Amino acid sequence: MTAISVLPLNQRLALDHFDIDDGGSHILVNQESCASRSLGPLLVAVCPAGVYSLNGVGQVDVEYAACLECGTCFAAVPEGTLSWHYPSGSCGISFREG
Amino acid sequence: MPEPDFDAIVVGAGPAGCVAATLLARAGHQVVLIERGSTPGSKNLSGGVLYGRVLETVFPDYAAEAPVERRITKHTTTFLNADSAVSIDYWAKSLAKPVNAVTVLRAHFDEWLASQAEEAGAFLMAGVRVDELMVESGQVVGVRAGEDELRTRLVVAADGVNSFLARAVGLRGTPRQEQVALGVKGVLRMDPKTIEDRFGVRGGEGAAHAIVGDCTKGVAGGAFLYTNKSSLSLGVVMRLDDLIAKGFKSSDIFEHCYTHPGLAPYLDGGELIEYGSHLVAEGGLEMLGEVSSDGLIVIGEAVGLTINSGFAVRGMDLAIGSAIIAARLADAALRHGDTSAQALDYRQRLLGSYIGQDLKTYAKAPAFLHRNRLYSDYGMLAAEVFRGVFSLDTTPRQHLLKCAREAVRGSGVGYRKLLADGLAGVRSL
Ligand SMILES: Cc1cc2nc3c(=O)[nH]c(=O)nc-3n(C[C@H](O)[C@H](O)[C@H](O)COP(=O)(O)OP(=O)(O)OC[C@H]3O[C@@H](n4cnc5c(N)ncnc54)[C@H](O)[C@@H]3O)c2cc1C
Repeated sequence: MTAISVLPLNQRLALDHFDIDDGGSHILVNQESCASRSLGPLLVAVCPAGVYSLNGVGQVDVEYAACLECGTCFAAVPEGTLSWHYPSGSCGISFREG
Repeated sequence: MPEPDFDAIVVGAGPAGCVAATLLARAGHQVVLIERGSTPGSKNLSGGVLYGRVLETVFPDYAAEAPVERRITKHTTTFLNADSAVSIDYWAKSLAKPVNAVTVLRAHFDEWLASQAEEAGAFLMAGVRVDELMVESGQVVGVRAGEDELRTRLVVAADGVNSFLARAVGLRGTPRQEQVALGVKGVLRMDPKTIEDRFGVRGGEGAAHAIVGDCTKGVAGGAFLYTNKSSLSLGVVMRLDDLIAKGFKSSDIFEHCYTHPGLAPYLDGGELIEYGSHLVAEGGLEMLGEVSSDGLIVIGEAVGLTINSGFAVRGMDLAIGSAIIAARLADAALRHGDTSAQALDYRQRLLGSYIGQDLKTYAKAPAFLHRNRLYSDYGMLAAEVFRGVFSLDTTPRQHLLKCAREAVRGSGVGYRKLLADGLAGVRSL
């Protein structure tokens, strides 16, 4: 038996349908509390959509447009680290299969 | 007090909300069903095995009328190691009639459910996010969505696992990390004939594979591989506390499962057409918090209603079951003009129902499933026993008991733990 290949994350996300929320990001990171508890790597690891990344100055960048809206990041960090809510009505991910 | 715009506002057009809206509308109430997705189902994702007997009580012919994928007649449970696997197959004709379970793809299925609510007379508002509940002197009196305020006698919160509405009014706390799991899923297109050949099913019937072990790199949880009409649903489910403890990237675990040599014979040639993720509640009875307050009733996964028995994940059927109970109580309360928590009496009725009883039966399952040996050692152990049976390498054979004994010794698990886990397993599952 040989293994089969899988599309990389960015190409997997490109299969999905997103309507970007013009109202801006539905995710805000409290950089200070994130940095003081070194939560950046945790956010990077748990998010299945790669929304979070660490930038050169030790802050967490958020690519909110790729968010699959599962809420895992919000459940993974202590209260006060993230402000997270669903995007405005109709915006964000639209599953065609689900 | 201003006149209410509706008798009931149902928030969330998942299985729970759609069924509650249908039943309340059928009972003659003015109902609005509010959904944040542009179409019902577009925000929803599940593994997709719906144990639908409970849905028959609302829509007797759902299996013929709704967009269901396959009738599940085969359940396979697999311990998957890096390069070996041990499975148990259960096939039964009786699972086909009456239909015991079907696979569904939620973007299609929930849209149908919502259309049934509309047909019953409910007013569907899709593409609208409810921002908060309106509370006046302790009574929930409506919802706020952007600039709009809608007033009602009763709000039914069916907003799913994250349960922001109930949390904002203090009904529920933040779930603990071990009370939720992350599901990451792909849908792979495949022609029906190939699916039926590979999974050993025929004529629109289907198979559901539940897998534990190396598919999640040993993270507590497992994988599912379910057959749809012309696609497969493949996903990993990882308990959040253990995912964090082990430090893996969730998307890497999905890739690890997808490319696992043990699954390649099923997946080969399948074309990925969608990638998604969703949380699922894992806390069982312990997670069931407050379920209603004056003017508010919370149903489905918004109150944490799921059961993971290790073999089957149940959420949709419990969502529907809780909606049926809630709608009956809400109907009576609306008729009597008293929608206080006391008049609704929902918690008692929910716990007294088969749902409450199942929650109690499986109350110890979450703790049992915390035993880490389930996700690595036991798969290896089982495979080692079978190696002793099948790997005929010209050395003299030994009786099964001896094979098993040596496998246990070699596994490092030890008899005491094995016995303790075995007993705990049969008692809690
Ligand atoms: C990976 C995975 C696999 C699963 N496998 C199975 C399985 O095989 N079988 C099974 O029975 N269950 C399974 N489940 C569980 C099942 O999906 C859920 O328990 C079920 O969907 C709960 O139904 P619900 O109606 O309570 O909530 P949901 O289906 O989550 O519906 C909630 C609805 O509310 C809407 N909403 C939320 N907030 C707002 C708001 N503020 N305003 C307006 N609308 C809002 C959402 O968009 C959504 O449509 C699985 C779950 C996951 C994640």
